[in-house]
Amino acid sequence: MTRSFLIETRNEGDVRILALKGFLDAHTAPRFEAAIEEELRGGRSRLVMDCSGLDYISSAGLGVFMTFVDEARGAGGDIKLASIQPKVYQIFDVLGFPALFDIQPTVEEAVARFGSAAGEG
Amino acid sequence: MASFERTFCLQVPSSTENLALIREFVSAVGEQAGFDENETLKLALAVDEACTNVIEHAYQNEETHEVTVRVTVDEDAIAFEVIDRGRGFDPTQEPALPVEELIRRRSSGGLGLRLIRTIMDDVQYRIVAGQKNELRMVKKRRPAKSATPEPGAPR
Repeated sequence: MTRSFLIETRNEGDVRILALKGFLDAHTAPRFEAAIEEELRGGRSRLVMDCSGLDYISSAGLGVFMTFVDEARGAGGDIKLASIQPKVYQIFDVLGFPALFDIQPTVEEAVARFGSAAGEG
Repeated sequence: MASFERTFCLQVPSSTENLALIREFVSAVGEQAGFDENETLKLALAVDEACTNVIEHAYQNEETHEVTVRVTVDEDAIAFEVIDRGRGFDPTQEPALPVEELIRRRSSGGLGLRLIRTIMDDVQYRIVAGQKNELRMVKKRRPAKSATPEPGAPR
């Protein structure tokens, strides 16, 4: 059976990109939670989620963002979301997440937001 | 008077591993009933949330039980019944908190209920003592040709 959810990580300067692929539900959310936790414990709080490969998200996945966004912001970073497919965006939208999270059209724009925010604060 | 009514039923072991299967089932029935891709995704999401609640709360993550999803389609609506035999958990009694408050409480379960309430037109819960718990969710058909544009979705 194919794995239904994958995370690929890479760096853009001091920003960590997590590319989410597949289906994020109550079954796969614990893996996502462990991945975010590992980044934060490793001192990486500037995180961008590349959602271009994310095909589905339920409250279990949304809950992971909720759980860690304050901690990331408290450490001087953020959890920003980028490149969300329209069908998935509607789920974020239904819950009002766009008002609470920094959601950008592309990964590049999300990374740039850290740059401008960090430039002499 | 509905001139037709069709019923579809899926029963799976109470493991979150089967949520993907449940969503595929709901999507297939939703598509056949004439709901578009975005509507079908939301229907699958609402049923996923209801089944997740059953697995995590009614069955306390024990995988040895069964979750039943029954879908009834007629001319006016599509109705979903999520049935379990675990400890009764009535999500309709949970308060409808604003998302900011749910975030403060880190309540993803609360988010799931909010999604169900937002997506569905009617949500009811009933306990048949000693037999089953049943969450019934109804989505009415919209009048034809309402191709809703994406509200502010990023390109």
